[in-house]
Amino acid sequence: MLSPLVSNTRKTSTPGRDNGDKYSVLLPTYNERENLPLIVWLLVKYFGESGYKYEIIVIDDGSPDGTLEIAQQLQGIYGEDKILLRPRAKKLGLGTAYIHGMKHATGNFIIIMDADLSHHPKFIPEFIEKQREGDYDLVSGTRYRGNGGVYGWDLRRKLISRGANFLTQVLLRPGASDLTGSFRLYKKEVLESLVERCVSKGYVFQMEMIVRARQLNYTVGEVPISFVDRVYGESKLGGNEIVSFAKGLLTLFATT
Amino acid sequence: MTKLLQWLFGVSLVGLVWAVVTFDLLELSLPRPYREVAWPMPLYLLVSFGCYSLATVGYRVATFNDCEEAAKELQEQIKEAKEDLRRKGLKM
Repeated sequence: MLSPLVSNTRKTSTPGRDNGDKYSVLLPTYNERENLPLIVWLLVKYFGESGYKYEIIVIDDGSPDGTLEIAQQLQGIYGEDKILLRPRAKKLGLGTAYIHGMKHATGNFIIIMDADLSHHPKFIPEFIEKQREGDYDLVSGTRYRGNGGVYGWDLRRKLISRGANFLTQVLLRPGASDLTGSFRLYKKEVLESLVERCVSKGYVFQMEMIVRARQLNYTVGEVPISFVDRVYGESKLGGNEIVSFAKGLLTLFATT
Repeated sequence: MTKLLQWLFGVSLVGLVWAVVTFDLLELSLPRPYREVAWPMPLYLLVSFGCYSLATVGYRVATFNDCEEAAKELQEQIKEAKEDLRRKGLKM
């Protein structure tokens, strides 16, 4: 039980906690049977502790590993008002996953993150505070600033990441330090208008979202995050990814 | 204006100023030292920018935080989560 004093300080330090804001977390999944329960547990934990209103929308793209079945069990445990299931028959793009998930979102803010535990829900209260601090249209997690960082990356991956980021900063001057990260909080109408305009795939999609946000004069806040990569051994950044990243960068360079 | 056009605009502006000074296009009859400094300037700029880029990227790679603590915390929370979820009746 909180003493009245503690609960008072809480209220003054976070004004408007009960002002009707609700946060819809979109979790696109594909073969995340192992991770989904853990990420949901963490989300429930941190939303519970901070007291913000929320819902978790799981958009499973027909995972063969039974992610959906696990999600149904979680719905049974945490309730249908907290866990919403919006499955799709097969693997489709990320942009359409967001559109699909948003259709039934009841929150006025949308949080997007990866379900593979590389994004930790402990940062969400910081995102929310940051958003309220400057009434930002979107708040982006950043691995490149302040206490932000990564875990499980070798030197090669760090070099490619920093190099690509530097090149992008020089060419696009996007006004945000982490363009390819996908841990972000959006005002719902802002995400809707951005998703409509964005056509890229993969890494470039996230980059296009923030570049277009800049173009449309949306305000962007940033919160340092730690990115914990649990997939050891195989580097996700192969030659193909680098080529498609370069193509995407040049396309944005010429069109925005 | 797209970023591409902004860059083309910037580069041609610098190029124009450079050409005017180096080849004395407007017959301003600038003193010789001006022209001697201006002539290799594009190369100097390019090399300096290259050095700056290498230094910046190198510094940022070297100071890229390794979040050992975050990884450890996550591992512990995963254990805790698995136990709690089992108690709540989740069948993995």
